[in-house]
Amino acid sequence: MTSAILRRALYAVLVLVGVNLMTFLLFFTLNTPDDMARLNIGGRRVSPEQIETWKAVRGYDQPLMWNEQAEGAEKLTRTVFWQRSVSLLWLDFGRSDSQNAVDIGQEIRTRMLVSLQLAVPIFVLQLIASVGFALVLVFFRHSRVDFWGVVLCVLMLSISSLFYIIVGQLLFSRVLKLVPISGWAPGLDAVKFLVLPVALSLLARLGGEARLYRAMLLEEVSKDHVRTARAKGLSEPAVLVRHVLPNAMIPILTSAGSYLPYVFLGSLLFESFFGIPGLGAYVVDAISAQDFAVVRAMVFLGSLLYVAAFLLIDIAYTWVDPRVRLE
Amino acid sequence: MPKLVLLWTDAVLWLLLAALAFYGWRLRRLPPLRAPWRRLMHDAPALCALIVFAVFAVVALLDSIHFRRALPPTASGEVFHATRTESLLDELLARPIAMRESSYSAPLAAVAFNRQSVEQGGTVVRTFPRLQHGGAHLADPQRDRAGDIARRALAGAAGGLIVAAGLFALTAGWRARRKGIPWRWALEDVVRDRTRVPLRAALLCATALCLLAGVVAALMSHYHVLGTDRTGNDVLVQALKSVRTAFVIGSLATIATLPLALVLGIVAGYLRGWADAVIQYVYTVLSAVPNVLLIAACVLMVQVFIDQHPELFATGAERSDLRLFLLCLILGLTGWATLCRLLRAETLKLREMEYVQAATAFGLPVGRIMLRHILPNTLHLVLITTVLDFSALVLYEAVLSYVGVGVDPSLNSFGGMINLARSEMSRDPLVWWSFTSAFVFMLALVLSANLLADGVRDAFDPRARALRVRKG
Repeated sequence: MTSAILRRALYAVLVLVGVNLMTFLLFFTLNTPDDMARLNIGGRRVSPEQIETWKAVRGYDQPLMWNEQAEGAEKLTRTVFWQRSVSLLWLDFGRSDSQNAVDIGQEIRTRMLVSLQLAVPIFVLQLIASVGFALVLVFFRHSRVDFWGVVLCVLMLSISSLFYIIVGQLLFSRVLKLVPISGWAPGLDAVKFLVLPVALSLLARLGGEARLYRAMLLEEVSKDHVRTARAKGLSEPAVLVRHVLPNAMIPILTSAGSYLPYVFLGSLLFESFFGIPGLGAYVVDAISAQDFAVVRAMVFLGSLLYVAAFLLIDIAYTWVDPRVRLE
Repeated sequence: MPKLVLLWTDAVLWLLLAALAFYGWRLRRLPPLRAPWRRLMHDAPALCALIVFAVFAVVALLDSIHFRRALPPTASGEVFHATRTESLLDELLARPIAMRESSYSAPLAAVAFNRQSVEQGGTVVRTFPRLQHGGAHLADPQRDRAGDIARRALAGAAGGLIVAAGLFALTAGWRARRKGIPWRWALEDVVRDRTRVPLRAALLCATALCLLAGVVAALMSHYHVLGTDRTGNDVLVQALKSVRTAFVIGSLATIATLPLALVLGIVAGYLRGWADAVIQYVYTVLSAVPNVLLIAACVLMVQVFIDQHPELFATGAERSDLRLFLLCLILGLTGWATLCRLLRAETLKLREMEYVQAATAFGLPVGRIMLRHILPNTLHLVLITTVLDFSALVLYEAVLSYVGVGVDPSLNSFGGMINLARSEMSRDPLVWWSFTSAFVFMLALVLSANLLADGVRDAFDPRARALRVRKG
């Protein structure tokens, strides 16, 4: 068991190395650091000195992959690849490409806490709401309620989340004036800024998830052990909750688990629409400012979280379903 | 003679249509392949969705025939072509495109949306000025507008009804001839829904579309049916032009995933061993990166490249089209992991089947087995995934455009419309029509694609049929 987990963890590290190499190739082969310097300093006339200082501050002034001038191991370490890409593996994010060259790691640490405050309630409530709705549909399966419930789901998942956000802001903030339109406050005051994004996020994803979970639950409903439970005389709600739900939890957890990285990374749309200074908003700002260092750091952080989430899910399997053994 | 322009995305869209036509032609000769399609045709929601989807497809294809107009010949007899690239759809919508106002106007309005200072008989008054084109034929908009709109709408609806009645008659006639029954019986069968293919539902859906098209067409030449945007352009035209962008993204991006997914998925599943390990590693790495971030990174890089090399593109249309094409490629190259995983699992199952074992025993080469015996049996998965992805990608485009890594801003797209409408929604009084139009068009397109996808999945995947919703 322990060795199995260890092997998975090693594979995860290998995947991260692959991601690292891929992002490096993506960011440094198509365009040179000089191109990025010119883009970031802006303007048509950029002097070579300006480019050199820009590169020096951010550590792009070394050779890309192999330093001929250096000695020994430094041939490898005194390169852009080592200092700006491999260093991500030990979470050294370096400085951003923007004018003020801020420390990305510092920024990520403060913003991640904000993102968590929005994303954790969304994740938990989402799971409860979607599974709950799916259970109701399954309880009324092959009836009118089920039919119209699924119609509603299809309708809801055909609407872009942008529409939910814009209409929600208009209705609840501008017309009814129940909550502020956007903004952020630390501590408990944050609640009034979080209510609307959380509610809208639930609504935006309910259709797709409830339909998916309904299918997963239905697959379980027709199994023999469920029929036996019903034959014992258990009521339908008890059958659903005690015999169907626990068995359907594996596929449900897998699909919910793929959202785990986004719990830390935050939601791009919701954070930037509601002015919440989390990681999602950070990415959107970085993209519009063409700050590649930040995008690179976030790509790596995202895959790190993804890999970690799946490692957790693998372990959680053994806990949810004792039949599953890691090999 | 106008000069035809073949943009990259046009070429791919037409190739796609040709491939579909070829598939249809082959289908006629292979009854087992036809069975699932027949099942799809018997499914009323899927059939209606297919009709709506086909209408959107026609709009997109009309917008994919591009040309540059010939300018009047010079004295020396040489013919030059305009720098602007137009499409056949532009030609059809020439009048609403030409009816350009100065700024916002509400749907079907005859006066502008904003007050302006106008000189009237020597004094300056703040008033809502008349629109240059919308309702310009009315003598007194306040008195005549409602009546005029109602008259035109009724005429248009009548026209639509006539077309729809024609469709009913044609269908009944075709059925009568095929079954050798009197025409009246055939019509009665259709009207009472006694046909195996749900013709009544399909025809009712077509009737609704005809009515809508008739009303809009009748009003379009004298009013802005969905209003105008900030620069005075007709919103309906923008929405119709956005359909092509959505279509290109939805279809091209899924097709771009196919080569990698098919080859790698089948190779990994069939060969197993180290090839499988390497391919699994590659797609695990690829799917480990959150999709939006990976796409954003790729698009940013391509964007910088395009910006640094402006000399590669002749016209603005070519540049924005290449950007769209590359966006689709990026979406494809980053999105093949899911399908690849599915195909690998299916191939692992198929390679143990007796007929594949038999083929191996006959000593067929590995490539031939994969091509002739494995590939055709995985195609239903490919079809289901392709159709399912279409709607997701159309929705995705809007998000990507919002984040700033979507299509070129000069290209009409739903994402661009929503982005612009965002600031309009915070105005007071509210400018709601751009947003609502984008919403309605997108909902219609995505919903029809989703219903079609459900139908396709039900028809092609026997396991999915157990889960389908039955009305009790």
